[in-house]
Amino acid sequence: MQKHIVTAFEDDLKALSHKISKMGGLAEEQLAMSIKALETNDFELAKKTIAADKVIDELELDIEERAILVIAKRQPMALDLRRVIVTIRISSDLERIGDLAKNIAKRVIAIDGQTPKSLVSGFHAMSELAQKLLKDVLDAFASEDVEKAVRVWRKDEDLDALYNSIFRELLTYMMEDTRNISFCTHLLFGAKNIERIGDHATNIAENIHYMVTGVLLTEERPKMDNTSTSKFDFDENSNI
Amino acid sequence: MSVQKTGVPMSEKQISSQVGKFTSRGVDVYYGDKQALFGIDIDIMENKVTSLIGPSGCGKSTFLRCLNRMNDVIDICRFEGEILLDGQDIYASEIDVVELRARVGMVFQKPNPFPKSIYENIVYGPRIHGMIDGRSDADEIVETSLKRAGLWNEVKDRLNEPGTGLSGGQQQRLCIARAIAVNPEVILMDEPCSALDPIATAIIEELIDELKENFTIVIVTHSMQQAARVSQNTAFFHLGKIIEFGETDQIFTNPRNQQTQDYITGRYG
Repeated sequence: MQKHIVTAFEDDLKALSHKISKMGGLAEEQLAMSIKALETNDFELAKKTIAADKVIDELELDIEERAILVIAKRQPMALDLRRVIVTIRISSDLERIGDLAKNIAKRVIAIDGQTPKSLVSGFHAMSELAQKLLKDVLDAFASEDVEKAVRVWRKDEDLDALYNSIFRELLTYMMEDTRNISFCTHLLFGAKNIERIGDHATNIAENIHYMVTGVLLTEERPKMDNTSTSKFDFDENSNI
Repeated sequence: MSVQKTGVPMSEKQISSQVGKFTSRGVDVYYGDKQALFGIDIDIMENKVTSLIGPSGCGKSTFLRCLNRMNDVIDICRFEGEILLDGQDIYASEIDVVELRARVGMVFQKPNPFPKSIYENIVYGPRIHGMIDGRSDADEIVETSLKRAGLWNEVKDRLNEPGTGLSGGQQQRLCIARAIAVNPEVILMDEPCSALDPIATAIIEELIDELKENFTIVIVTHSMQQAARVSQNTAFFHLGKIIEFGETDQIFTNPRNQQTQDYITGRYG
C-alpha cells in the first residue's frame, strides 16, 4: 500500500489503529483476569478487574473523538473511509467486551467459589475459547488478514455449543436443589457474558472483512446457541 | 471484476441498464505527435451526472471537449474513433458543429460572461440560433433561463446591468443560464466551481442536482468530494485511459482498481 501524500493523514490513521490494538490488548487482559478471579475465587483480583474497565471506556471515547476529527479534517475515501468507520465500530465492540468481563468479575463475590467441580472444566474451556477468539480477531485486525477473521467468525459456533451445554447443566443443578439457584443464576449470566464476548469477536471479524474487501459478510453465520428456545419439562417425579 | 462489452472494468453494480445519451467507442485523440487519449469507451447516461476525475493531464478535459467538438478549433488536434449522440455520429461530415454545440452546451472553469448586460448574455445564443421571434419571446427565455439557473431573484431588477458586475458565483450561474437558454440536451462543465467559494459552490451543486432532471450533465472536477456529491457515475482517467468507470457510490467507497484507490485516497500514484 502506497503512503499518503499528506504525512499527517497517514499518522492519524496509524494512531487510530494503534489505539485499537491497545484497547484490544486491555480487553483481552480484562477478560483473562475476570476468568481467573472466578476460577480462583479471588475477590481482590475481581475488584482490580472491575476498576480496569474505566481505562477501556476512556480509550473508546478517545478513539471516537479522533475518528470524528479525521472524517472532519481529511474526508477519507474508499479504503481509508472504511478503516475509520470500522475503527469506530470495533472500539464499541471492545468497550462492550470490557463491560462483560467487568460483569463476570462482579459476580465472583456472589458465586463465592461455589462453582460445581463438573462445571469448572466447562467454564474453563469456554473462557479459553473466548480468549482465543478475541486474540485471533485482534491479530487479524492488525495484519488485515481476512481469512483469519473469517475463521474466528466460524469458530464462534463452538463457543455457542459450549454455552448450550453449560446452560443445560446449570438448569439441572437448579432443579436438583433450590438452594443452588442463586449462584447458578450468577454462573449462567457469567457463561452468557462469555458467549456474548464471542459474538462481539464475530462482529469485529465482520468489520475486518468489510474494511479489507469493501463487501459486507452477508452469509448467515452458523449459530449453535439455541438456549433461547430451550424448554425444560418438569418431571412429576422430580424432587422439586 | 466483471468486464462489460466495452472492455472497461465495471463496478459490480452494472450501469448498462440505463439509457446512453453519448456512446464513445475507441476514441483516440492526438495533439500533434503526442497521443492524449487512448481508446476511450464510455456510455454517458441520460439525465444523470457523470463526473470525469483524474490527475492533471490525464485527458479528462480533452475528452469532455470531444463531446461538443471543441477540440476542432485546435489545429494540431486529431480525433479518431466514434462518438454517438442519441445514436448519431457527431463527427460525421453532415453534422453542423454550431448546431451540435447548441445541443451540447458548455460551462467553463472561469466564469466568462460576455461584456454585455445580463439580459444580452442570455438572449445572444437563442438569437443566433433563430429561436427568438419578438421581444416577448426574448423576455420569456431570459426569465426561464435565469430561473432554472437559480439566479432570477437576485438579478431580476438589474437585467440591464453588465454581467461582469456580478459576483463570481452569480457569474457562473449566469453562464449556466446562458447555456440553458438555447435549450440544450447536454451540459458539459469543466471545473465549474474551482474559482468559487464554498457557498457559491454549494449553490452550483444544488443547481446541478436540479438540472439533471432535464439535462444530461458531464462534469470535470478536481474535487473528489464534489464528484462524490454531485454525480451518479464516475470515470477515472489516468494517462489518457479510462482506468475505472462505475457508479459513484461504489467508486468512492470501494473502487475495484488499485490506481483509482490510490488517487482518490491521496496516495502516490
